[in-house]
Amino acid sequence: MNARMLKTEEYLVEKEPYYEPVGNEVAIFEAAYRNRLPILLKGPTGCGKTRFMEHMAWRLKRPLVTVSCHDDLTASDLVGRYLVKGGETLWVDGPLTRAARTGGICYLDEIVEARKDTMVVLHPLADDRRVLPIEKLGVLLEANPEFCLAISYNPGYQSVLKDLKQSTRQRFVALEFDYPFPELEKKIIVAETAIDAPVAERLVKFAHMTRNLKGSGLEEGASTRLLVHAAKLIVTGVAPVAACRSAIAQALTDDAEMLAAVQELSSSLF
Amino acid sequence: MSELTPLTVQDIARALEEWLEVEFTFLQVGELATAIAGLSRHDQDFLLDWTRRISTTNIEIAYQFARRALSRLALVDRRILEAWALHAMDTYDSVGLRPALGIIQQDPFAGHGHERAAGALFDDVRGILLTFVRGLSGRPLKIAQGEVPYTDTETLFLPPVVAQLPSLQDNFALCKATATFLWAQTRFGSFRSGLTSVFAGYPDPDRAAARFHALESLRLDTCIGRELPGLARDIRRLNAALGHDGLPAPWASYRDILSQPAARAEDTLALLASAYAAPALPLAFYHGHLRLAAVEQAMSQRMQREKVWLRVKLAELAEELHPAHSPAEGTPPQFAVTQSDDDKTGLAQLELTLDGVPLAPPEGVRQLLTSIHLDLGGIPADYLTPAGPGEYDLQQWAERTKDPDDVWQGTYHEEGATLYREWDFRRQHYRKNWCVMREKDVLPVDDGFAEQVLQKYSGFVSRLRQSFEMMRDEDRLFKRQSNGDDVDIDALVEALADARDGREMSECLFTRMHRAERNIAVMFMIDMSGSTKGWINEAEREALVLLCEALETLGDRYAIYGFSGTTRKRCELYRIKRLDEPYTQEVRARISGIRPQDYTRMGFAIRHLTELLAATDARTKLLVTLSDGKPDDYFDGYRGEYGIEDTRQALFEARRSGIHTFCVTIDQEAQGYLPHMYGRSNFVLINEVRQLPLKVADIYRRLTT
Repeated sequence: MNARMLKTEEYLVEKEPYYEPVGNEVAIFEAAYRNRLPILLKGPTGCGKTRFMEHMAWRLKRPLVTVSCHDDLTASDLVGRYLVKGGETLWVDGPLTRAARTGGICYLDEIVEARKDTMVVLHPLADDRRVLPIEKLGVLLEANPEFCLAISYNPGYQSVLKDLKQSTRQRFVALEFDYPFPELEKKIIVAETAIDAPVAERLVKFAHMTRNLKGSGLEEGASTRLLVHAAKLIVTGVAPVAACRSAIAQALTDDAEMLAAVQELSSSLF
Repeated sequence: MSELTPLTVQDIARALEEWLEVEFTFLQVGELATAIAGLSRHDQDFLLDWTRRISTTNIEIAYQFARRALSRLALVDRRILEAWALHAMDTYDSVGLRPALGIIQQDPFAGHGHERAAGALFDDVRGILLTFVRGLSGRPLKIAQGEVPYTDTETLFLPPVVAQLPSLQDNFALCKATATFLWAQTRFGSFRSGLTSVFAGYPDPDRAAARFHALESLRLDTCIGRELPGLARDIRRLNAALGHDGLPAPWASYRDILSQPAARAEDTLALLASAYAAPALPLAFYHGHLRLAAVEQAMSQRMQREKVWLRVKLAELAEELHPAHSPAEGTPPQFAVTQSDDDKTGLAQLELTLDGVPLAPPEGVRQLLTSIHLDLGGIPADYLTPAGPGEYDLQQWAERTKDPDDVWQGTYHEEGATLYREWDFRRQHYRKNWCVMREKDVLPVDDGFAEQVLQKYSGFVSRLRQSFEMMRDEDRLFKRQSNGDDVDIDALVEALADARDGREMSECLFTRMHRAERNIAVMFMIDMSGSTKGWINEAEREALVLLCEALETLGDRYAIYGFSGTTRKRCELYRIKRLDEPYTQEVRARISGIRPQDYTRMGFAIRHLTELLAATDARTKLLVTLSDGKPDDYFDGYRGEYGIEDTRQALFEARRSGIHTFCVTIDQEAQGYLPHMYGRSNFVLINEVRQLPLKVADIYRRLTT
């Protein structure tokens, strides 16, 4: 099959993405959406925030525009900018503007990574005004009623400098995510990779060991995503210890001693 | 490589006589020299080098080492001999000559018997194993060096060298198995019930304890097998290599009982009477030893402490959740713990409820619950009654911190202080836990000193502010960029004109906003030694006032610490301004209050400030020393080359953790040693003390642009 090219706002999630609800997050998201409230997802990396967004986009049948924020992301990257084409200037909408125009779900992943001034353009969109001022065009864009703004952030490891400002966070309905309970996590790994249940169980145990190390050398423990990666390698025939090393240990740290210790943990389990 | 000619007996004897100071010590070196002369040059160099290094610490240890190492040279791996020598020197540093000679005299390799065994050294495995046991579940354990492997339920003790097997890999695996087994003792409740009294009921309590240990080893081995199948496989392999398999008659049947998943320490005790009569079961190395006295001491202290802390924390928790719930109302908050025995992960899931409503316990409470659960197998009801107001004197239970000024008044010297190592260049190795460091506060003096300085230098200050103002990183608009936020109209017009003319059109048509952040944290380390008395102290304080003025304009994060000390037992760092502290009147008063103290020991100060700096997330980290002379301390040899080499080593360590080091000095002889310590271009010599206040801010400006 050839790779498809889509416009950002045309990306509809067609197949139901696999998602296991942990609590009532689906109901809360839907209620917030009906009331046109913006949503904030909190939680460590790889615990299912992005998957949850895809699942909700599929449920609500709205296009999903995802922007991964980085420290060079400016307001114009979101809103839009002039380009030069054939000697003329030409305005091009940014992803946020497109979503607001067409009524998509705009999901800003790891929002605190973006520059501080970027956050400010979200404010009028995130309260009851629901408008996006586009300064360079001199217009105010009223958001489509179907439009939804969602942002995510990880309170665990960012520095104080990158904390979310009160003026921003108090505009959002917050949903907290964490790694699922062992049983559920095992179920997720099995469902994602069709790995044998006993192996999945050991992977979960291994993840808990690395999560015990959070704070004593590791910034974060192994996420569910990493477990799924490791399980996929194992299903394809990679030996479990090697899979844990490549998919989990190396992803967690570069510190040689920590790596050796994590490796000892996995070799003790498998 | 060409073989060097071996040294002659005369050469060796002459060297030994010098190092061992035979003139005074009357040690007999003749025989030793003859024996060493028979070695290859390679071995000679190794042995003599270590003898010389040890002799700088203690001559007797050096002499004994040389004699004993001679016969081991062919048998044991060099690394182990080195570890042996260092272990002896460390012991000498911490507890004195007799125990150190004990280390040299006892054969650390007895029973190992492997020629050239590549042993696993404690220092090498410690870091990995510490992380390893922390990753396993349960109470956070510590790892320390002991003569034999055992645990007191809080610390796992491992021997300095494990060389039971020929290869390093296997010896490491053995260390890991040992640490795991000791962990399992704490994790699977070996030490729950009052064991001493049980054993005391037998005619020979030691025999009972040994049988108990053997029975527990059967139970815990199967626990490890269930929990960590990969490690259990390794252990089977190691046991086979060590020739440790097979169980004598009654023990096999005990194992059948104790290997049931439901088997607990109580089941072990039930078998003890029968096992007491049975012949001894030889235990494997990794089973370690049972030190009940240490266990009971650690446990009784911990259980009292944890009960107090749990009750206090629960009271805090109740207060937080139901502020209105005053104890006078008569219905105290009811905490309960339910334990879901869904034990697939091997961990009891403890759930805390308050008045029937489940709640997520904070991390501290969760750890206490886990630890208490491990000790008692459950959480007794009286542990869950929140403490009444004022019921406990928390001072008594807190981690003790004492007033640093009390050091010389009582008997405590090292309690509560941070210990730092120090580089001994003659030993070519660190002295561990050598410097006893404390942070103290400078007594603030509110005498308007800062204002006077600003007045005195008013013309200079306004120029200073201006030049630092200019350094402040403003947002700048870059023009003619190939991509950016906006169209650069000037560039576009030009480009269109070019295009009309038929020339190639430039692609750089955009403007981009550049927002540079000065992400700098700087630490100023101020010499507060006695030699700064008078002029220099005055100049230092003036310089600091002006510097703070400049840095406040600039907005960089900065801290100021003074250092001084008398001997390694009293190393002091004076807080003048911490990194996260604003520049307040209090800080100004502290600058004014800087007074000359004692001596110039520098290594510990650099090491401590390095740690503080390393903990910040600034992109650029800078450690600037303001000094008036070379490192020097009273009496204990921190003088001349020793002090310089230690300081240099500490600076190396700082640079290794990504910190730039720089020195501003007024010592006119600094050329002689500063390039060696800081590097050729990392210091500035100021000729006149009066110039110091005017120069320091300027130097900082040059350093960071």
